[in-house]
Amino acid sequence: MISIKRRSIGDVIGDVIIYALLTVLAIIMVVPFIYVIAASFAPEYEIQTRPLFLIPNNPTVDAYKRILDPNDMGTRVFRSLGISVVVTVVGTIINLFFTTTMAYGLSRSGLIGKGPILKMVLFTMVFGGGMIPLFLVVRALGMYDTYAALILPGAISAYNMLIVRNFFMDLPAGLEEAASIDGCTDIGIFVKIALPLSLPVLATFGLFYAVGHWNNYFGALLYLNDQNKYPFQLVLRNIVMQSQETQTDPNALIPEDTMKMAVIVIGTVPILIVYPFLQKHFAAGVMVGAIKG
Amino acid sequence: MAKTQKVQLTPQEKAVAKQKKWTRIKRDKWMYLLLLPGFLYFIVFKIVPMWGVLIAFKDYYAGMPFFTLEHWIGFRNFTDFFGDSSFLQLLRNTLIISFMNLIFYFPLPIVLALLLNEIKVQWYKKALQTLVYVPHFVSMVVIASISFMLLKTPSMEGASGGGLYEIIKAMTGKEVNILGSPTAIYWILLIQNIWKETGWGTIIFLAALAGVDVEQYEAAIVDGANRFQQLIYITVPAILGTIVTMFILRMGSVLDTGFEQIILMQNELNRNTSETFDTYVYQVGRIQGNYGYSTAVGLFKSIISIICIQTANTLAKKAGQTGLY
Repeated sequence: MISIKRRSIGDVIGDVIIYALLTVLAIIMVVPFIYVIAASFAPEYEIQTRPLFLIPNNPTVDAYKRILDPNDMGTRVFRSLGISVVVTVVGTIINLFFTTTMAYGLSRSGLIGKGPILKMVLFTMVFGGGMIPLFLVVRALGMYDTYAALILPGAISAYNMLIVRNFFMDLPAGLEEAASIDGCTDIGIFVKIALPLSLPVLATFGLFYAVGHWNNYFGALLYLNDQNKYPFQLVLRNIVMQSQETQTDPNALIPEDTMKMAVIVIGTVPILIVYPFLQKHFAAGVMVGAIKG
Repeated sequence: MAKTQKVQLTPQEKAVAKQKKWTRIKRDKWMYLLLLPGFLYFIVFKIVPMWGVLIAFKDYYAGMPFFTLEHWIGFRNFTDFFGDSSFLQLLRNTLIISFMNLIFYFPLPIVLALLLNEIKVQWYKKALQTLVYVPHFVSMVVIASISFMLLKTPSMEGASGGGLYEIIKAMTGKEVNILGSPTAIYWILLIQNIWKETGWGTIIFLAALAGVDVEQYEAAIVDGANRFQQLIYITVPAILGTIVTMFILRMGSVLDTGFEQIILMQNELNRNTSETFDTYVYQVGRIQGNYGYSTAVGLFKSIISIICIQTANTLAKKAGQTGLY
């Protein structure tokens, strides 16, 4: 392609400034990550003597060895990682089940009672009982200090459900009619036609829900009591905050700063692994919401 | 209007209509079954807690049955709260955090979106977007931990503190315990928020910008408009509606400061200036077990929030914008 448009000097200067500014911004975005990764591979004395560096002088994996060593911090780290993985997987499956079934049910035009249910859903988006009433409900249901409390109270995001519903409503009606003539029930149509056609949408919201579960800190803080049930984010927090002054048990091991950095890296890596998949879908997902919302 | 036009039905017709209604419900029975789990979810975890706000009007303490209809004390929890010295303190802290975000954070995604929009090299634009979206997906715990490692004071005599701590020390010559400072907490929260959400916040504005008709720019160039004039007369008006909508949303949530971020950065040294309505509800309700009182605080906050969002929406409509609803 040949551009025949003449560009003024002002345009060129403007471009240079914009490109430079954005490049600097992008670097600022990633520098904290690089610092943490570099520090996690540095020996403890280097962290204690060099305030900021992006490449360690004497790279070592000692911090990771100690963090993952069952005789050191490994038991705590592995157990909490396992808990987080299970809560994330089970939680996401439950999220998708509740979200898609309700969205599909509400996508039928002329369904009697649909109006009031939608009104109820919209109302909950504006007003809520608040933290303590919900906590009391969860406790009354016997879910306090169980993993169910990390999964069920947030089983549906009203916003996501309405977006998925919009998607179902846009599916061509002809397909469903053809299937119902063939003797398929509504549930059959949902499972055999609607769900397979909406796989990209399910992938998007599944990833969003999964990231939410993995990153969730407050839910565990609110609903869990037993330290042995803590998911990874809580253990990460506790390890980072552990120091000489906050130590209550004199025999407990104090993690070195490099180990704290290594735990931060372990907490971030899963997000970075799914990020390319997320990125492929989220723009589309957010757009659907923005346009239809 | 629709109601006045409704034709009067004879009893016979009514019966037929009723029967039709039943056949429709029967026809859709599987749809109702699909709906059921979600419906129950909303009843149990959204509607029942709304009924639970009644404990704001009770002398409710741990161990009492959730649905008890006794121990009413009227508005005493509320009058206690308004009479308490912490009320003004909480309001002040919440508004400082919120308005700092409104003033310093809110314009940034708009500016960043406008800058990204000027980039015509597509692969570079994509690469930049990929980078600036990442922090949105990083957990608050990780962000708080990184902040902590960067700002912490030296762990022992002669050792170096966090990277930013050392930079500030070199620049000012003072050894500042930033994490324990009662005022620095506001800037920490703001910068964390800017770092985490600015990139993600551009998406909605970039979508609005993508909808601008290219012919408008071409016509403007023919008319001799320079780049800045194109920005002021075409680009900004095109996203003004989106800006107003986002502004309404923000005003409506002016009392929502979020729990996680503040609780993670809070310590005994900055608690007085960092406690907001949200964290106070957690502190008094969950930690101290004062359920009725903290529910009253939460309810007060919810009601003010609804008033805020209604007001902002009405104002936006008066100003000629579409508003939210």
